[in-house]
Amino acid sequence: MPKLKTVAVSLALSAALGAHAAAPIKVGMALDISGPFATIGAETRDGFNLAIEKLGGKLGGVETEFLQTDFAGNPEQANQLVARYLQRDKIDFFTGPVASNSALAVGPALFAAKVPFLSSNPGPSLFAGKQCNPYFFGVSYQNDTYDEAAGKVANEKGFKNMVLIAPNYPAGKDHIGGFKRLYKGAVKEEIYTKVGQIDYAAEIAQIRAAKPDAVFVFLPAAMGINFIKQYVGSGLKDIALIAPGFTADQDVIEAVGEPTLGMLNTAHWAHDLDVPANKAFVEAFGKKYNGRYPTVYAAQAYDVVMAMDAAVREVGGKVADREAVVAALKKANFKSVRGEFKYGPNNFPVQNYYLRVVDKDASGKLTNKLVGTVLEKHQDAYVGDCKQ
Amino acid sequence: MDSIFVFEQLLNGLGYGLMLFLLAAGLTLVFGIMDTMNLAHGSLYMAGAYIAARVHEASGSFAAAVLVAVAATVLVAFVLEVLIVKKLYARDHLAQVIATFGVILIADDAVKAIWGPSPLMASMPAALAGPVQLLPELPYPAYRLVLLAVGLLVAIGLYVLVNHTRVGMLVRAGASNRRMAEFMGVRVGRVFSFVFALGAALAALAGALMGPISAVQIGMGEAILIPALVVIVIGGIGSVRGAFIAALLVGLVDTAGRAFLPPLLRALLPPALAADLGPALAGIAMYLLMAAVLILKPAGLFPARA
Repeated sequence: MPKLKTVAVSLALSAALGAHAAAPIKVGMALDISGPFATIGAETRDGFNLAIEKLGGKLGGVETEFLQTDFAGNPEQANQLVARYLQRDKIDFFTGPVASNSALAVGPALFAAKVPFLSSNPGPSLFAGKQCNPYFFGVSYQNDTYDEAAGKVANEKGFKNMVLIAPNYPAGKDHIGGFKRLYKGAVKEEIYTKVGQIDYAAEIAQIRAAKPDAVFVFLPAAMGINFIKQYVGSGLKDIALIAPGFTADQDVIEAVGEPTLGMLNTAHWAHDLDVPANKAFVEAFGKKYNGRYPTVYAAQAYDVVMAMDAAVREVGGKVADREAVVAALKKANFKSVRGEFKYGPNNFPVQNYYLRVVDKDASGKLTNKLVGTVLEKHQDAYVGDCKQ
Repeated sequence: MDSIFVFEQLLNGLGYGLMLFLLAAGLTLVFGIMDTMNLAHGSLYMAGAYIAARVHEASGSFAAAVLVAVAATVLVAFVLEVLIVKKLYARDHLAQVIATFGVILIADDAVKAIWGPSPLMASMPAALAGPVQLLPELPYPAYRLVLLAVGLLVAIGLYVLVNHTRVGMLVRAGASNRRMAEFMGVRVGRVFSFVFALGAALAALAGALMGPISAVQIGMGEAILIPALVVIVIGGIGSVRGAFIAALLVGLVDTAGRAFLPPLLRALLPPALAADLGPALAGIAMYLLMAAVLILKPAGLFPARA
């Protein structure tokens, strides 16, 4: 009889072990390494992979499968990909898309399936306000907050007349709206361009005709690269450019070169931010990727994986208990590379925003330098619309 | 809206139109003469841009970069023609579209493998990087003036080649009636190869010249392919003259749409509506032009097989 008992127990144990080994935690990652946001997608991927390497491929010490698929910045493909992640792969976490329209497209399916969506970049105003959801975490920022900081900087610099330019899609409108919220001067023109536009000659002529004190530009990825090159080539160098960090981040600086010198930009993170976790991150990033400085995208992506790691540790690896996972995520109990931040009631961060300026580092390499704090412990403007 | 603003936009429109023409000329010749739809034409444009950016960085000479880019792309096109496109001449358009679309995907991945997924920095020749004072009130980018000049020169060169040389006569004969030309003893195969190489050279030239003012990135060929196709449809398939006029029209209409429509609508409509409608209308201005032309002349402005 004791023998039978032993067999039964070992069977049960091995079954439990087998079940455990067969079902690691699954993280669905949507990458945009081709398409209009390719540069941002590549940065995001590099940030993810550095964090995954640091954690030894585990979350909270539990074996984890990180599923990475390119969907080329296309919301339609994002939808199909997420359906596959949910139905076939049964993911436990989701993260990755670069653009707000993709985040908005895939959100509802993820929320219905109760899969936490940790945004590694987009923070659409809808998810911060009316459509906020306990399963959405804006680990990065809310779309408008960079621009609010840029608006405040514009006031401080004494820019009385400005032209604003952004692509014609939800985030473009969010960003311009954010800038206008804190900017006190006059807006001469509000220019909306095609998403993925290559040639900005027509818009630049409009700017020249408007004769503003400065131009606020939100044009992410390749759009910004083209715009800045053409802007400087058109002899408008004396009209200052002020941008949310995306349009003057390391990817853009490297592609454009000298014309970015002196660009003012605002972000919730800088590579020379004096935070121990950040120093370790920037050094590890440079070591892994040929001495490159990371962008905000890489920094946020790194934070997303660290946030998942902390949450899984908190729930002891039991990711099936989604309510416990969400509660653990909400604590944001990890060492963020941007230093201190916590979530507000809408799961969007309450954090500092900084002014950076494009300058040369000690070795003569063009990069962003931290100037100072613009907004302290700042929460977005939509939190009041969020009923949860 | 003063006259300088209008003049500047006119220059912008012409410049964009001439670059479109360099692309569309090759596309329309290949389609018009060989009756072959080559969607991978944009990939040749991308190849030209990448090679020029790299050679410019390595050698420091922009002129050398453009020449090497054109030569290397013609070589790539030669291989492409021998390996793939030749086999497609006898097939129907669907097969051609699918096969050359496959070439686009392969080309994009090949570029990713060789140069990485991030856009390249294509620098302008230092002497042309700044603005030139065209009028007292109007500094204009020197580089764009060079683009205008090169575009015009190529257009004139092509006009002479097609209308006043023996090769051009064979090309025109092939375009307007291929079977008759074959009966008359034209070695159509050779003309085909020549035209394909010429198209590739023009695409590479456009890519090499556009690189410094736009991002050199994967997929740049696809983005420019659509306006180029619109140009050949408006111009009439197979006609270089048609492509020239249509390219200038599309360039002007697209630029005017972006430059004049939004301020006009803002003056007429409530701001929120104007902000939504303006960019949308500007984005489709080129297609509206195409629709209008096709209603009046279903075969395009100057069809080769009229």
